[in-house]
Amino acid sequence: MLPLRQRYPTFTHGVHPPESKDDTRALGIRQFPFAPVLVIPLSQHIGKPAVPVVREGEEVVRGQVLARADGFVSVPQHSPASGVVRRIGLVPGIAGKMVTGIYLEPYPGSSQEVAEGEPCDLATASPGEIVAAIQAAGIVGLGGAAFPTHVKLVPPEGKSIDTLILNGVECEPYLTTDHRVMLEQPADVYTGLRYLLKATGAARALIGIEANKLDAAETLQRTVPQDLPVAVRVVQVKYPQGAEKMLITALLGKEVPSRGLPADVGAVVVNVATAAEIGRLLPHGRGIQERVVTLTGPAVRRKGNYRIPVGTPLRFALEQVEVSDDVSRVFLGGPMMGQALSSLDIPITKGTSGFVAFTQAETGAQRKEYACIHCAYCVDACPIHLNPSQLGLLAKIADYERMADEFHLLDCFECGACSYVCPSHIPLVQRFRSAKALVREQRSR
Amino acid sequence: MLVLTAVAALGGLTLLLATGLIVANRRLHVDEDPRIDEVEDMLPHSNCGACGYPGCRSFAEALVSGDALPGKCTVSNDDERAAIAAYLGVDIGAEEPRVARLACAGGQNVARNRARYTGDRSCRSAALVAGGGKGCFWGCLGLGDCERVCDFDAISMNEHALPVVDEALCTACNDCVEVCPKDLFSLHPQSHRLWVACKNLEAGDDVLDDCEVACTACGKCAMDGPGLIEMKNNLPVIDYRAKDYRARAKHATKTPIERCPTGAIVWIEADGRVIKGDEARPVLRHATRLEGPT
Repeated sequence: MLPLRQRYPTFTHGVHPPESKDDTRALGIRQFPFAPVLVIPLSQHIGKPAVPVVREGEEVVRGQVLARADGFVSVPQHSPASGVVRRIGLVPGIAGKMVTGIYLEPYPGSSQEVAEGEPCDLATASPGEIVAAIQAAGIVGLGGAAFPTHVKLVPPEGKSIDTLILNGVECEPYLTTDHRVMLEQPADVYTGLRYLLKATGAARALIGIEANKLDAAETLQRTVPQDLPVAVRVVQVKYPQGAEKMLITALLGKEVPSRGLPADVGAVVVNVATAAEIGRLLPHGRGIQERVVTLTGPAVRRKGNYRIPVGTPLRFALEQVEVSDDVSRVFLGGPMMGQALSSLDIPITKGTSGFVAFTQAETGAQRKEYACIHCAYCVDACPIHLNPSQLGLLAKIADYERMADEFHLLDCFECGACSYVCPSHIPLVQRFRSAKALVREQRSR
Repeated sequence: MLVLTAVAALGGLTLLLATGLIVANRRLHVDEDPRIDEVEDMLPHSNCGACGYPGCRSFAEALVSGDALPGKCTVSNDDERAAIAAYLGVDIGAEEPRVARLACAGGQNVARNRARYTGDRSCRSAALVAGGGKGCFWGCLGLGDCERVCDFDAISMNEHALPVVDEALCTACNDCVEVCPKDLFSLHPQSHRLWVACKNLEAGDDVLDDCEVACTACGKCAMDGPGLIEMKNNLPVIDYRAKDYRARAKHATKTPIERCPTGAIVWIEADGRVIKGDEARPVLRHATRLEGPT
């Protein structure tokens, strides 16, 4: 049993949006059918897009490599199904741009067995070999950012990692994928953890879990292998507790410096579902072909957590879960940090943690924006102690240089807590995102 | 007595420091060419950067030192440029005025929206929310960031939410080029009158579902303008450096645009009129089909 404590560790500031996880938290992970055509973008990760190694018309086996990694900050793409490559061309991307991708038609009669590759033996593999195997498996952060995991495991020159943190916080409202993975695949989590510990050379591991998932914390606590230096820690329910810098503050009491990396305080944070996927795939030498996605929201009839093949078009997925006809908004990745979608033709990718669909009735009329009244609610909400009010006023007059130079705009990680609390309905975080993009463009010029 | 000491002490200190300042002023004085101030006064003071220098002051320095010619300033009129040239005794350095051209013709009358965007009224913000809801991923979002950023009132949004550039007012300062999240603006000499008003990289008639004036990559313009137009990435690319571009384009005003089925390649007259080929379909407005989220 976990020690019962009234006050769990956390960070300062933050907000408490409604959790809205009750609809799906008790529903087990179910396998999803194959769509008639799978759409596989070649850049489902941050970094350089993968390079296709198959031709149009080629028959592929489930688990086969479709596209190889291009350089270190890039991962390969594996086939989510046995079938035939119909076309290599432009596919709709999540960011509202057309990107290069592969149209794959699964064979209906195929047994869809997964091709096995070169297994990565935990006992004999060197840390470098494990990092290479993680890249070869196409593993990216499954929490949403889709940053290639193997890049994180190699600390920058002169830094070392002593603590490995598994992030099982899942503070985003509505989403329950990590929760279910922790409940159903504790063994995979610990296998993955062994690989990660060996790859990073970390002396100990911590698993951070928000206090609204005590059942998952207990499951992991009960199944801790005796020989692993790991501790399960429960943290307070607060948004954005799942941001890696916030989790480090809560668990280690250290603050990652401005514009710095977790490695600056000797830590590396890996999503718990990513660890489970490493533990599931590496012993067989397989690559990611599917991931757990929460499909929920008032407009979805058959809500749940589904293991969905990568490349499944969202339209097909929503049909399967019987989305209501008057669906009006669909958010990718939850209502706080996720983004509204402009098209239902986009595919589900490795970074997709969930979809939340709303009907016309819930979204309501557009909210009018009022002037800033300097109430400083946003200042009290900002988890990294910026001044969103001041930043918002500067954004309005387009003084992006001052935002970046004097008010640390580039430290903002766009959690949206400021927009959430603003009584004047000022779209603060949206303005910061656009300002950040502009500043980065200007600096790179 | 105390008062006198204080007055004397402060007075003495003042004298001492003043002497120091006077000496420093004499010793460290840098003679600046007085013409820089004169020339700066003759410039328009808009600090737009169209000349390639950070502002009018540094352009004035470059003019006086002979690194630049007055013709580079596209904001001044001919008389003002001539006055500067006469003052400095240099050539005007005739530069062909450049203007910003928009590579999209998909106003709300011809281009479909796939979703309704209700957020912050700015193209930059909209582009970050799944591209902004326009059916065509490459098209103009029509929220007017370019109109707001233009210091010369050269850009105005027309009734179909598409920016129109007034060539007489445009100084080619590059601000609209930088602000457009879809990279639709580029600067061209006014003589580049043959223009591809589309950036859609898809091919085939499917693109017409999203926009009636999109380029379908049929390649007819490239066939009619060999050596001048080439199809690259499903879009015609005009080689403005082709030796005989001017002659050719002048004779061929109608030739490359003539058979364009959608009117994606156009001829822009000096007065701003946009001429399409005869085969371009008459534009009909579909009932706007809104589908999907946002």
